[in-house]
Amino acid sequence: MNERNDRIFGVACTFRRPSDVYRAAEKVRDAGWKRWDVHTPFPIHGLDHAMGLPRSPVPRLTLLGGVTGFITGCLLTWFMNSYDYPLIVGGKPFWSVIYPFPVLYECTILFAAFGTFFGQFIFNRLPRHHHPLFDLPQFARVSDDTFMVVLEARDPQFRLDDARGFLQSLGGQEITVIRD
Amino acid sequence: MAHAHDSSSDRPAVLDRVRPAELPRSPLVLNDRGFHWITDKVCGIVEEPTPRWWKITFLVALFVASFTGAGLAYLVSTGTGTWGLRSPVGWGWAIVNFVFWVGIGHAGTLISAILCLLRQKWRTSINRAAEAMTIFAVMCAGIFPLFHVGRVWFAWWLFPLPNQNAIWPQFRSPLEWDVFAVSTYFTVSALFWYMGMIPDLGAIRDRARTWWRKAFYSVLAMGWRGGNRQWSNFEMAYLLLAGLSTPLVLSVHTIVSFDFAVSNVPGWHTTIFPPYFVAGAIFSGFAMVLTLMLPLRAVYRLHDVINQYHIDNMCKIILATGSMVGYAYATEFFIAAYSGNPFEKFAFINRAFGQYAWAYWIMVSCNVITPQLFWFRRVRENHSLVWIICLFVNVGMWFERFVITITSLANDYLPSSWGYYSPTIVDIFTFFGTFGFFSVLFLLFVRFLPLLPMAEVKMVTPHADPHAH
Repeated sequence: MNERNDRIFGVACTFRRPSDVYRAAEKVRDAGWKRWDVHTPFPIHGLDHAMGLPRSPVPRLTLLGGVTGFITGCLLTWFMNSYDYPLIVGGKPFWSVIYPFPVLYECTILFAAFGTFFGQFIFNRLPRHHHPLFDLPQFARVSDDTFMVVLEARDPQFRLDDARGFLQSLGGQEITVIRD
Repeated sequence: MAHAHDSSSDRPAVLDRVRPAELPRSPLVLNDRGFHWITDKVCGIVEEPTPRWWKITFLVALFVASFTGAGLAYLVSTGTGTWGLRSPVGWGWAIVNFVFWVGIGHAGTLISAILCLLRQKWRTSINRAAEAMTIFAVMCAGIFPLFHVGRVWFAWWLFPLPNQNAIWPQFRSPLEWDVFAVSTYFTVSALFWYMGMIPDLGAIRDRARTWWRKAFYSVLAMGWRGGNRQWSNFEMAYLLLAGLSTPLVLSVHTIVSFDFAVSNVPGWHTTIFPPYFVAGAIFSGFAMVLTLMLPLRAVYRLHDVINQYHIDNMCKIILATGSMVGYAYATEFFIAAYSGNPFEKFAFINRAFGQYAWAYWIMVSCNVITPQLFWFRRVRENHSLVWIICLFVNVGMWFERFVITITSLANDYLPSSWGYYSPTIVDIFTFFGTFGFFSVLFLLFVRFLPLLPMAEVKMVTPHADPHAH
């Protein structure tokens, strides 16, 4: 990896217990870091707050999907049963919001689910298979039982030696420089 | 969650001195297992060399599945007349099997979505397998209406696509609502299942030694890194999908019941159908979850993560929904008697004492009587007995759909048009084979995908609490 590029992506350190990484996250947040992350095998309760993360934007796409779905359902049923090929069945109107309601309902849920599903990928910037973190041997343990704090070089206050020392003061182990 | 404790003077002083009693909670993971144990256990199932029992079961399942293939090939090449359908019964086993399989699926969504919203943490260890069951059951269900249309190569006319007749689907029909409900249900369940699996696929990827395994799981894991910024979006999306699946699952069986309830046939035209169908669906689905999970638990020694507490809870849900179904049977009779409608009255007397009385009493004994045994702890702790009771429930719920579909059609308004419906060998082959088809898919899932949601199980262990020592 070194011959590829000498640019530094950031510095990482590991923790063994959720309580340790939780306290470390609070300190990184209080030190004013912006470009950093905590990698964990499972979501730790309250870590969003400890990191000072804002609320996830995924619901916006859910709402957008749901509204699109409802309108699509209305247009679909209106166009097909009332405009393009008007049908009289069972004395019901050519189009109303009532008789095709199950269809509108299912379309709303279907499109809202698409919005949520793809929203998760869009806001997480996935799929991405070439992240520099995958080069760290200890990163493979993060999906098992290890917790990792990563300070990224993109952060304005990033100085390599300071960042290393800061992670050391947090009690992190296996402090490693990540090459880009 | 902020607890607003008002410290004004009307607050009794004693509240400051007493401590609320700590109620003991049943542990969800026994023997104080750590994170690494859970990873090893679940990834181990995928990583071990293919066990011999798996190969044998897989071959048997393939053989059984071939019966569906044979049945359908004969049907398509000869015509729908090879099924036992003739006047007056135009909806035979195909619809019975469709409703049966769709109903099975409902427990998976109940576990993954409704129990998630209700913060029932015990759902974690069974939810992945139950969701897989949902998806495969809906696939089995889909076979029947697909081939029931007669000329299966025109099945795409069900969807709102332009066709050569320049005519569109008719959206006032519950059968068309069903197309939308079931296809939405399948799609959303598959999305939910796959998205929930991504972190676990990442864990398998990170342990992979061989090239093909790494490549396979890397593609599936989408480059998941487990950063908390990712988890934050992931958890939000998961919660939202749970919130969307909840009204979806209730609507699916409601709309399936509309197929019957919107018609004018005595015994079908009742408002009780939607809730009664949903309760029945959850009832049969939980029975199927236990039917599948008890053997898996024994084979893979998952006793620490799927323990007596989980089995107790599932048995109690079967007991509750089984009692609801029994109550619905009684209500149907009461409403028929109270309606003053002679056809409605006849439909129910005919169900219990007419030509299909044998089916009716199989249904009542399997669905109403057997689950009542779950009142007893000794029954719930005897897992062989639990498994057998669940088989009875599955049989009973199939017969429920048989009774509803067949008795009402065979004996409707005009005695001159009455008839007796029996399935043909083609019907029997096609249905029997779907169990093999389902097993093939489920065995592939067990072998290649994470059987338990590792991340979620780790989350409910005491070690995961960031404020604990």
